[in-house]
Amino acid sequence: MNAQLKPREFPLPSSVKVIPGTERAQAAYPYHIQFSKADDEKFWFYNSMHFPEPMSAFDMVTAEAAYCALGAANTRVHCLPTTLGIDHRIINGRVYIGGNAVTDPKEIARRTAEFQKRAFYYYENWESLYAQWKQKMLKLIEDAKAMPDPALPEFEPLEHVHAGRGIASNHDLLVTYQKAIEGYFRMWHHHFEFLLLGYGAYLTFFAFCKKAFPEITDQTIARMVAGMDAEIFRPDDELRRLARCAVELEVDAHFLERSSVDDIMRSLRASGEPGRRWLEELQTSREPWFNINVGDGFYHYHRSWNDDLSMPFAALSGYARSVRAGESLDREVERLRDERSQLIADYRELLASDEERAAYDQMIALAHRVFPYVEGHKFYCEHWYTNLFFNKIRSFGAMLAAHGFFANAEDVFHLTHYELEAAIIDLMNSWSSGSDPRGPGYWPPILAERKAAIIEWARHETPPALGPIPDVIDDPAIVMLWGITRESLDNWLSAGAGTDSNEVRGFAASSGVVEGIARIVKSVEELSRLQQGDILVCRVTNPTWTPIFQKIRAAVSDIGGSMSHAAIVAREYGLPAVVGTGNATSKIKDGQRIRVDGGRGIVTLLH
Amino acid sequence: MIVAQYISWFRDIGLDDRPKVGGKGGSLGELHRAGINVPPGFVVRTEAFEGFIDALERRSPLRARIEGLAADDLEEMGAVSRELRTRIEDAPLPADLLQEIRDAYDRLSGGSPPAVAVRSSATTEDAADASFAGLQDTYLWVTQADSVIRKIRSCWASLYSLESLSYRLRHGIAESTVAMAVVVQTMVDARTAGVMFTRSPISGDRSVIAIEGAWGLGSALVGGEVTPDRWVVAKITGEISVRDISDKAIRHAQSPVGGVEELPVEESLRREPCLSDQELDSLRAIGRQVERHYGRPQDIEWAIDRHTQRILLLQSRPETVWSNKDDQKAEVTRVTDPLLHVMSIFGGRR
Repeated sequence: MNAQLKPREFPLPSSVKVIPGTERAQAAYPYHIQFSKADDEKFWFYNSMHFPEPMSAFDMVTAEAAYCALGAANTRVHCLPTTLGIDHRIINGRVYIGGNAVTDPKEIARRTAEFQKRAFYYYENWESLYAQWKQKMLKLIEDAKAMPDPALPEFEPLEHVHAGRGIASNHDLLVTYQKAIEGYFRMWHHHFEFLLLGYGAYLTFFAFCKKAFPEITDQTIARMVAGMDAEIFRPDDELRRLARCAVELEVDAHFLERSSVDDIMRSLRASGEPGRRWLEELQTSREPWFNINVGDGFYHYHRSWNDDLSMPFAALSGYARSVRAGESLDREVERLRDERSQLIADYRELLASDEERAAYDQMIALAHRVFPYVEGHKFYCEHWYTNLFFNKIRSFGAMLAAHGFFANAEDVFHLTHYELEAAIIDLMNSWSSGSDPRGPGYWPPILAERKAAIIEWARHETPPALGPIPDVIDDPAIVMLWGITRESLDNWLSAGAGTDSNEVRGFAASSGVVEGIARIVKSVEELSRLQQGDILVCRVTNPTWTPIFQKIRAAVSDIGGSMSHAAIVAREYGLPAVVGTGNATSKIKDGQRIRVDGGRGIVTLLH
Repeated sequence: MIVAQYISWFRDIGLDDRPKVGGKGGSLGELHRAGINVPPGFVVRTEAFEGFIDALERRSPLRARIEGLAADDLEEMGAVSRELRTRIEDAPLPADLLQEIRDAYDRLSGGSPPAVAVRSSATTEDAADASFAGLQDTYLWVTQADSVIRKIRSCWASLYSLESLSYRLRHGIAESTVAMAVVVQTMVDARTAGVMFTRSPISGDRSVIAIEGAWGLGSALVGGEVTPDRWVVAKITGEISVRDISDKAIRHAQSPVGGVEELPVEESLRREPCLSDQELDSLRAIGRQVERHYGRPQDIEWAIDRHTQRILLLQSRPETVWSNKDDQKAEVTRVTDPLLHVMSIFGGRR
């Protein structure tokens, strides 16, 4: 009935209030990421793609490190002509971000000259720089693995003393902690070293195709570019391999659904030679390919398959059943590659002139050149490294818990990384002075309050965007990484108006039409609620949820473009997917019957 | 058997024969050669028309009457049109021509006299540079040789309709260059019929095929009497990006008394798509094949036989609207360094 009162703009940051009772938890975040009055001048949007759940105090280190590196790459390293970095703020646990566009033509010209000296060098030397990048990442990973777990002996080991080491063990805590934080910030610099350039080259080809073929679907362009053997596909490939192996060794019966990981492992070990051989195979897959998170890796509780085998094991049983049913689980990389070549050639033939064909050839060549990085970096950065990092922090948590700072190792993630350093120094001081640390009397009530705040924040919706709407969004970073355009904002606005339309619209990510029961999954923990044949409705579809794609009939997400890995995986599984709807998780009810038309990007609520 | 001088079968002709078989005839022959299913038929070549007109001309001047007209004097033009049409409809036809038409029609039948379409196929029509379509007549569901012959005359006469005359005078088309062939083609008892453009009529996109269809004969759709279902299909991948299924209240069908009648569509079918996804995909493949054969986007009429469920093409001609726009389109930016392409994204010059 209020359709005519449709809000034509988003609330100002200053009008968003901290939810009563959570003020102190909000105040825990650093001063420079709290909204201020000046922020009302600027347009912000909720980064639900990367941070779909309220952020615990420690996890904000991901936002801090990532934007530090993203901005450096854009603003100072490659000097993107029309954009600087991204500012971030947090309120009620939700991360809002806003880009800084460069609009002065003189400044754009100056930056363009710099950009071409820098970015073009990267494009020209992409393969060698990327090979070097992999070496840097592997070294960083080795360094992280080599960091000792924190320990405080009662007396300094005698060999330290006799060697004249001169530094006591409490200092090692600080060294390790600071190295861990330094390594995490460094990893994010590596992450963004190529990212915008990679997406930019892809988007160049994308924009060319859209101009030459105005009605081409995003997913078709994506199919022309997407690689087949990126690292991000490997964990799932390993599962398929292990499933085949289990059937061959006839140990697949041990993977009965719902039996616990411990039970499975125990029964495999007890099953003699075949079980032992399968466990050996498992071991070779685990390093490094099970260093993949069940989430994006941005939250401490996105545990890896290695940390929790229940996710890969649940998928294994499904794959094993398929093998038993005679299905081939091969990804048929050769066939996909041939299809891709054919697709590229067929579209090329449709171009109107030789000039267009020449430009097309140049652009697709560049897109193919950059894509291994675009697809591959996630495994090293967001998965492997973040796992090592969060587990290292977890080991500090265990130590502090052992010294009574809080009850569980996991509680450590409710301290900011600054506070955690203070707590570690508190412990270092108490170890050296022989007094009790102050932390045990200080932290427990604060952490209780913060945990309650996270729960409270998760219960409230947050506006998709804040502040004045820009006329155009010409920031390549925002368009590329978040798929946000002026049109998507308009969609969000009309969605926020509570119109009684029974449709949700988004990007057509993978074609096909199916009907089924919607299962709203707002966090990784809720994934287990998915039943065979459900339609996954989530804030952001995540490629590392790949194994669950064998269970679902379609996927719908609030955020993400048609190049999101989820879209790629959905296409690979032949499942319809609609991504970037803005509000599917709030508009669709759990258990509701919906129709997903992935070719048109429309979700229809049936009743 | 005497070698036919006035008749050509589709299998024997192609685009190069257009001066003698007209645009429609040449196109149907060419499609047949390209391996596309078209309803069987023949063309009454322009020689027949020319011989007939020459005979009329010998009796009293005909072409000079038209060339003497002023392009804006519609009244006089109307009078001349009426007079010439009457002469064409009434004059006797040469006996050898009549015999050839009767023989050809009999060969089409294979027993019972088939229903045919009699379509004018002017040599000026369907030329890639002048969309002169629809100015001449088409007669559907014609049965019996005598009726066929009558309709052939009517086609010839239609070349002297007010619209045709005025078009030629406005465009300065010399009467001596004007000739008409007539296509006689088996009717398709269509379950569904429609048109297809092998590029988007909306955006000009060459990578999609726009298909429109409705129940029954194509005349309901072409005549605008029914809002067709509409699909947009990706030419390469076959993905269907648009499905507009309309309420198709009526359909055209063969009338038991000859010609076409309008029937209501059964309630249960009105809002049902008139093509299956599989048929859409077959149409896509055919559209692609025809376009490749001609080397340019096409505007195609098709029908699906009610009895065999086969797709048949009734006509294909070059798409004109967007092709003309293409010629005016600016060149693609040539770059000295391939990397400069990325500036379209990074440079803020979009």
